[in-house]
Amino acid sequence: MRDFLLKLGNIDRRVIYGIIAIGVIIPLLRPIGLPENITPPVKHLYDYIDSLPKGSVIILSIDYDATVLPEVHPMVLAVLRHAMVRGIKPIGLGLNPAGTGLGLDAFSKVGKELGKKYGIDFVYLGFKPNVSATILGLGEDIRKVFPTDYFGTPIDSIPMLKNVRNYNDIALTISFSGSSLPENWIMYANARYGEKIACGVTAVMAADFYPYLQTGQLIGMIAGLKGAAEYETLVNRLFRRLGLKKPSVIAIRGMDANSLAHVLIMIFIILGNLAYFSSKRGRKE
Amino acid sequence: MLQRTIPLVIVFVMGILTTLQFYIPHPISQEFYRTTIDWMNGISSMAIILAIGSLIKHHWTKVSRGQNVVYSTTTLVSLAFMALIGFIGGIGQHSLFQKLFENVQIPLQATMFSLLAFFMASAAYRAFRAKTFEATLLLLAAFIVMIGMIPLGYYISPGISQFSQWILDVPNMAAKRGIMIGVGLGMISTSLKIILGIERNWLGG
Repeated sequence: MRDFLLKLGNIDRRVIYGIIAIGVIIPLLRPIGLPENITPPVKHLYDYIDSLPKGSVIILSIDYDATVLPEVHPMVLAVLRHAMVRGIKPIGLGLNPAGTGLGLDAFSKVGKELGKKYGIDFVYLGFKPNVSATILGLGEDIRKVFPTDYFGTPIDSIPMLKNVRNYNDIALTISFSGSSLPENWIMYANARYGEKIACGVTAVMAADFYPYLQTGQLIGMIAGLKGAAEYETLVNRLFRRLGLKKPSVIAIRGMDANSLAHVLIMIFIILGNLAYFSSKRGRKE
Repeated sequence: MLQRTIPLVIVFVMGILTTLQFYIPHPISQEFYRTTIDWMNGISSMAIILAIGSLIKHHWTKVSRGQNVVYSTTTLVSLAFMALIGFIGGIGQHSLFQKLFENVQIPLQATMFSLLAFFMASAAYRAFRAKTFEATLLLLAAFIVMIGMIPLGYYISPGISQFSQWILDVPNMAAKRGIMIGVGLGMISTSLKIILGIERNWLGG
């Protein structure tokens, strides 16, 4: 047994890579459909959006790039579906130049899927450089920061933005990111203008935002692919209640692969430690 | 004189004025704040032009010196090509610009980052060992949070998921808050040093 454990300690890394690859691919091809338990930060955000009056305007800030797309993009799609089906009007903008195309994709896809009209039900403003100046500028006058939308249409000729001037007219801002960028929204938009902020971040960044949840500076948070799967589950339930077609389940499907990869990594940690203690005992003897 | 004194004077005056402005709700103060933000937006847009110029200059120099010619040429050609396509065909949802972004840049970036899963699994197997008391504690906490982060943990026992959430809500938050207070004090101290001209590294050279 000890010999086996010692051999295990020197296992080729390609074997580990192979096992992980199989563990990720199989659930993607044949989803297990593990049901999600909903965590409080996700439920708070969902409930807040759900409680907004029809016609409210919210900002979705696309602050991530393609490196974190599998985790963060499903969050944006789920929140957009929720907002649009509730008659809430989202404004899309981005503080990460590499995320502009992702935002455009999400807004166009969900808008088309739910039969919403650009400029009336949703608007996409695109990228703006300088995080702090953009966030502070939106608190004064959106027209000065974004004189036109992503396609070059003047803001004043967009019907949805006719009565939107600054944060006083925006019920919520959600920053989607794979970095600490949502902190800037908290520091400038929430602290200075009292704007309600939420965030959707990668699992690895989520731990950084718990202090803001506790203080109420963040009204909710979607953390990692699990958070995205939870939000998707809630939106699916809403769609079912409303008798609408069930939207795609990208995050829920991805979560099966993610769960199996987690389990495999935990098994590797246990085996690695067994091999370590076995070799340590061998050296003592 | 022009390179050092004038930037130092601008930083000192603007640093003091914008700090004082935050506490003065007078219309003149508010107008000054709005003007400052407009200026910041204008300067940021100019900085993008400067950044592109700097990128071109850097890679052009490399190509002309024969260093990393393939990589630098790829950067310059990609930059010019994407800009050209954007200017000619537009940047809308069905444009070639967006198609190239969706079918080239997204898969490339996502693939690079996805490799992390394999490295993490290998590193966890080789390095995550319970060698000391602290390492064991870290290992146990990581184990609980990991299992709490997947639906399986909840279905083994809802207590695991709740305990995982407690680790994030209490010990994690306490540590994070301590770090954040430290970082905040550091930022105030550094800002004061910059405003007063004690810290001059940002001037370069």
